[in-house]
Amino acid sequence: MTDRYDEMHDDSGKARSHYRAFDQWLTVTPPPRIEQKRREAEFLFHRVGITFAVYGEQDADERLIPFDIVPRIIPRAEWRVLEAGLRQRVLALNLFLNDIYHGQEILAAGRIPSDLILENSEYRPEMRDMDAPGGIHAHIAGIDIVRAGRGEYYVLEDNLRVPSGVSYMIENRRMMMRLFPELFANQSIAPVEDYPEMLLDVLRSVAPDSVEQPTVAVLTPGFHNSAYFEHAFLAQQMGVELVEGQDLFVRDDTVYMRTTRGPQRVHVIYRRINDDFLDPTVFRSDSTLGVPGLFSAYRAGRVTLANAPGTGIADDKAVYPYVPEMIRFYLDEAPILANVMTYQLRKAEDLRYTLDHLEELVVKEVHGAGGYGMLVGPAATKAELAEFRTRIIASPAKYIAQPTLSLSSCPTFVESGLAPRHVDFRPYVLSGRQIHIAPGGLTRVALREGSLVVNSSQGGGTKDTWVLEA
Amino acid sequence: MLCRTANDLYWTARHIERAENLARLVDVAQRIELLPERTEAGRQDPAAWRRALDALGLVPAYTKRHGAVVASKVLHYLCLDAENPSSIYTSVRAARESARAQRGAITVEMYEDLNTSWFDMRKLGHEQFESDGLPRFIEWVKTRSASFRGVTVGTMGRDEGYQFMRLGVFMERADYCIRMLDIKYSEPLTGEAGDARKALGYYQWSALLYAMSAFETYRRLYRTAITPERVAELMILREDLPRSLAACTSAILAVLITLSGQPRSEVARQAGALAAETRYGRIEEILAEGMDVYLSRFMQRLFALAGEIDRHFLLAGDVSTPAVAA
Repeated sequence: MTDRYDEMHDDSGKARSHYRAFDQWLTVTPPPRIEQKRREAEFLFHRVGITFAVYGEQDADERLIPFDIVPRIIPRAEWRVLEAGLRQRVLALNLFLNDIYHGQEILAAGRIPSDLILENSEYRPEMRDMDAPGGIHAHIAGIDIVRAGRGEYYVLEDNLRVPSGVSYMIENRRMMMRLFPELFANQSIAPVEDYPEMLLDVLRSVAPDSVEQPTVAVLTPGFHNSAYFEHAFLAQQMGVELVEGQDLFVRDDTVYMRTTRGPQRVHVIYRRINDDFLDPTVFRSDSTLGVPGLFSAYRAGRVTLANAPGTGIADDKAVYPYVPEMIRFYLDEAPILANVMTYQLRKAEDLRYTLDHLEELVVKEVHGAGGYGMLVGPAATKAELAEFRTRIIASPAKYIAQPTLSLSSCPTFVESGLAPRHVDFRPYVLSGRQIHIAPGGLTRVALREGSLVVNSSQGGGTKDTWVLEA
Repeated sequence: MLCRTANDLYWTARHIERAENLARLVDVAQRIELLPERTEAGRQDPAAWRRALDALGLVPAYTKRHGAVVASKVLHYLCLDAENPSSIYTSVRAARESARAQRGAITVEMYEDLNTSWFDMRKLGHEQFESDGLPRFIEWVKTRSASFRGVTVGTMGRDEGYQFMRLGVFMERADYCIRMLDIKYSEPLTGEAGDARKALGYYQWSALLYAMSAFETYRRLYRTAITPERVAELMILREDLPRSLAACTSAILAVLITLSGQPRSEVARQAGALAAETRYGRIEEILAEGMDVYLSRFMQRLFALAGEIDRHFLLAGDVSTPAVAA
């Protein structure tokens, strides 16, 4: 594919200026040394136990996520634009969340169809008129960004529920600094290791009013969860307790942890379990992961949940096409980051177009996540296309379609040596009293040749991401 | 510290210690069973194995699955059986599972050490177990336990979690000390008489000392022939021996005072009473009361203490009053 943007090389095959130092290093470093370092990285990651359980795979519950030593490098000027765009986007998304659970001005103004929001299963009526501290609902956001065409950045997806992967951002950086300190000595690479500290600041800043020394806890579904490592990692790095539902109880709308020295009040919960499982008395009654009474304590303003329940409405794929509209409506600004052109199959003409061009498009379920429930037209078999066609016709509103983007690629070590592989990018945006954006993020890479699916659950790997400071 | 974290750490330590003590208990039974007098007489006497099962309270569970007590079956049942909740296999697995849930509360080295034990344990098939022989397996279990103990002492921060792990070790060790004495003391009078019986006794008591790694300590402390009274005294009353009831109860008391911060708490009181009994007891009095009576009474009080530890630290319920005012 000639129109694929190569992150490292320009059209003549020369290293782009922000990759020059790395290219130089690659040229002078003997291949056996690089090979030895790659093995060392594998060994160290195994030791640290960065593992990822994959749903549906019985015996592979401790599979390793492959790590690639070629970094994805973002020059300073590009980062500035990305950063401003992310800030703008997440600010608007939070304003949107606060609005639709209060006055619904954006619906009244007719800028987003009301039924799309109010009849969406991700809309939580339980959150109506809830004053979240500071008006912030999505404290932690992971925005998926891709590059296509001649290198334009697009937002592919907003993750506002419980976005994961930030531990890899930190661990990958630590690994690179340990393996290749010389690379960091020669260039000014923005640090990302203070993310846990920023996260703790943000969580403390949204504690219920008048609490001077708020107690923060990370709520996990437990060690069988695929992202358990990350939950434990973040709790440990922030120096706060990692709790499960059974460790908490609620009395008089107040949340306590069960500790060896008796009950201890909790003010802010960074929860890594989905809305449905938070509180069996309000959401799914069969949930054993949550805490009975938690939602009532939240509504009473006695505990802060981060993220707030009901944020899924803002990252729903059916709502995604309207994010630029949110930015215009709430901020009266032009969107800095573009959306990917999206066909909404609930619209007759978009449906018709999609059915006519199915083999060119990517079709996604509006509530799907993790690369599941997705059709990549150009890569699909006839049978898969036919099956999806039937599913789409049965309930068009459940799907959106997008052109198959030719994602940018980055050189990656594979068995045959260095070869281009498609990458995406997830930076993390923290919103409290202020917005913090870690200068970097998680770069995922599709390790199979030609594959566009970067999800770790489907054979993707990760790379360190460098934002150059000079 | 969260109750659940404390509980997991406590049970990680208990389960590794249990694996080691099970290995020692199997060692005793095996040594007694293989005593020269018995094999010379050409008898296949599974009495030692029956007593081992009995000391563990496993006779009904074993009988239900395997029927008659047969040495090789009991061995497999106690060492490798994944279905037996009290086998070495399940103990190593349980230790690793509890630690896995608390990776953030222990050091990487500790978790890796348990992983090594568990992966090796899982790989060990019945055939290899047979061909390597029991002594090698027992050595392996003891070495894995020693490794975990070493890496814990050498790397873990001296926080509350460390104290709960120590508590687990000594609660478990005390429990097994009683069970091992029970194996020997519950033995019915043998058919042999006179010198033969005396010789048999000597071998059996030394088997117990060997299995408890106490032979050298016994020699150093007593410098005389091995007698049942002195072995019992060493194992119950002498703090010199790190696996004695006295050593265990005194460590438990110290840990509980540290953890509760109050020497007068009920949990410390119960531990203190047990520690006093071993510290100030006399072997003549114990024997006069009857060893089996003494042991079963001690076991009951140890159970009660375990229940009090649960209540005080590990299983805090909603009913307790919040310590921190809103």
